[in-house]
Amino acid sequence: MADPRDEPSGADQGVVTTQPTTEATPPPVVPERGAPPPPTGVLGLLVREQSIIVPLVAVVAALLIGALLIRAQGVNPTYAYQTLFTYSFLTADGLQGTFEKMVPLILCGLAVVIPLRVGLFNIGAQGQLMAGAIAAAATAHAVREAPGVIIAVVAMVAGILFGAMWGSIAGALKATRGVHEVISTIMLNSIAAGLIDYLVNGPFKDPSSPYPASYSAPDASRFVPLGVVPIGLPIALVLAVLVAWMLRRTTLGFQFETIGRNRHAASYAGIKLSGMIVLAMAIAGGLAGLAGSVEYLEIDPYRYQDGIAGSLGFDGITIALLARSNPLGTIPAALLVGALRAGSSNLSFNTGLQPEIVDMLLAITLLLVSLPIIAKLIFRRHTAKSSALASSWGS
Amino acid sequence: MEWLKRNQVAAGSIVVLLVGAYVFYAINDNVATSMFKGAWFFAVPLVLGALTGVVGERSGVVNIGIEGQMLVAAFAAFFSAAASGSLVVGILVGMLSGIVMGAFLSLTTVKGLMDQIIAGVVINIVATGLTSFFYRPGKVLSSNMPQWDIPLLSQIPLIGDVFFQTGPIALFALISVPVVHFALFRTRWGLRTRSIGEYPSAADTAGIDVIRMRLVNVTIGGIFAGAAGAFLSMEATAGFERGMTAGRGFLALAILIFGGWRPLRVFAAALFFGFTNALASQLQGVISIPQQFITLLPYLLTLIVLAVAAGRVRAPGAVGQPFVKGEGS
Repeated sequence: MADPRDEPSGADQGVVTTQPTTEATPPPVVPERGAPPPPTGVLGLLVREQSIIVPLVAVVAALLIGALLIRAQGVNPTYAYQTLFTYSFLTADGLQGTFEKMVPLILCGLAVVIPLRVGLFNIGAQGQLMAGAIAAAATAHAVREAPGVIIAVVAMVAGILFGAMWGSIAGALKATRGVHEVISTIMLNSIAAGLIDYLVNGPFKDPSSPYPASYSAPDASRFVPLGVVPIGLPIALVLAVLVAWMLRRTTLGFQFETIGRNRHAASYAGIKLSGMIVLAMAIAGGLAGLAGSVEYLEIDPYRYQDGIAGSLGFDGITIALLARSNPLGTIPAALLVGALRAGSSNLSFNTGLQPEIVDMLLAITLLLVSLPIIAKLIFRRHTAKSSALASSWGS
Repeated sequence: MEWLKRNQVAAGSIVVLLVGAYVFYAINDNVATSMFKGAWFFAVPLVLGALTGVVGERSGVVNIGIEGQMLVAAFAAFFSAAASGSLVVGILVGMLSGIVMGAFLSLTTVKGLMDQIIAGVVINIVATGLTSFFYRPGKVLSSNMPQWDIPLLSQIPLIGDVFFQTGPIALFALISVPVVHFALFRTRWGLRTRSIGEYPSAADTAGIDVIRMRLVNVTIGGIFAGAAGAFLSMEATAGFERGMTAGRGFLALAILIFGGWRPLRVFAAALFFGFTNALASQLQGVISIPQQFITLLPYLLTLIVLAVAAGRVRAPGAVGQPFVKGEGS
């Protein structure tokens, strides 16, 4: 039985021919068989750029639906959005908050994007981020006598490694035992939360802290923002570009892409499926783990404490789908989500709306961007098939 | 007799487990009763959630969104019961919201051909967003869920205490298991459902409307997840909290796989989960285990069970694959 994923898919990402003879070449663009001829002119531009237009339409539609909800709560929606975005983008505090949120959001978005390219759906960025953060907290405390730069580097490396390890557990379970990654990563999220809750209440607890929290990062190792730009932001931006380059221009990226499009063909071409699955999950976990260590080094109170992860890992899913699993797309998506998250408490303070309005807005956005309906309504038969397909139990 | 010959292991283990349970009961009836009660209590939402999965996945639609279905149902059930002052309304609204969520999943995946895993995850996130935004603290139910003693059956030692001195939703779960099992393996509907989940093209050739049947099954299957949600917010506790399902929808999925997509085995698997959980809480009094380890035990157990079970059970052949008439499968 042929897998539906085996069929040639949309023109926006290009289609991989199933005989990867020269492995490092980028996938050639082949028009879909039986598709109508691509339209030209303005319409053609719109159709070619639909991976950008669909998320934009989804965001606008979500904000409109959100406006109705806000009105239903007795608040003027224009005022609410104005308050939210003015704070997030036009005040120094707000902008810094937006940028600070962007860092883990981009990294978690990437942590979802990479496995998605291999056909895996990583719901575990949350747990991987927490694993990275606690590893950073533990190692930073262990080497607290060292110079600040060394502490920061050690903490970041530890975060990456531990996050990668946490992610690769799910990868290994998938590759060797066929355990579906959605279930295993969700379980690993809960396990990470439980273990860390034990650690910050017991072995890792800072006795001077009134609530359960790890020791704080030594002063010298803390990231001091450059103006309103936190140090993590350039790191995250560079990584987004690197991941985009890796996926498009390297052998590894090509192998990932080939597995995602047709794992039987990939296997036939000699790609080691199980190794690649573990590797993809390890890279994803490493990125999320880095996000955790950056949170620890960058965000007041510079400790691991309850709620450090917020819902960053789950926002990563929204970002990856908004970005249409394009690594560079995570940047604008993270900017939007970061602005909403950074402005939520100010919005709540000024309008009396619950801060959960942001969760609601993001949920509607996610719903609209992932429903194929929007693209179909706008583009009719020129709709590009979704490139993001996860695998089911059997495969 | 024929059945006994074919299922020696299953029958044998049931006997062994029952004898073990009653020996335990004879040694210490209080502890045994409370542990088994706790186990069933833990298992009820898992059984119900997994039944939603059974119906959906036997029809060929993966449902990762059970967690979200349960959460929305818990929310809708509790707040409609609190607003109307009627528990019956609450339960019905809970079940209905499960069905509505099922309809959403089936429309997007079966009609809209959206990726089933992504649709399920989206349902979960949307459910979290919806329920946390509309949540208002401070509501209470007008009365507690009634506890029924089923005549005669509730007099049986141990089994009567555990299963038949019960609230309405737990009873619903207990009845649903054999009913779904019978429907799935002994009725025309069941045969057709299994066929569209195994080999939809063949079923289509035989004249079964695959699309319509998947739509109906996945929608109606939501009733169990709806009941599970109502159980959590009205019967297990009387109150709704943000994110109160706490991964139970995913435990249900694991149990579904562990139980090999068969309602009776799913029931046994859920009891096993429940019993392990009850045992751990019981042991906590004897040896000192940090509370957090007890909490995360079910999740760890899920991973272990899945890693062990994965190679031994077989998923319905076409689960997760959209069916497009005329394109083969």
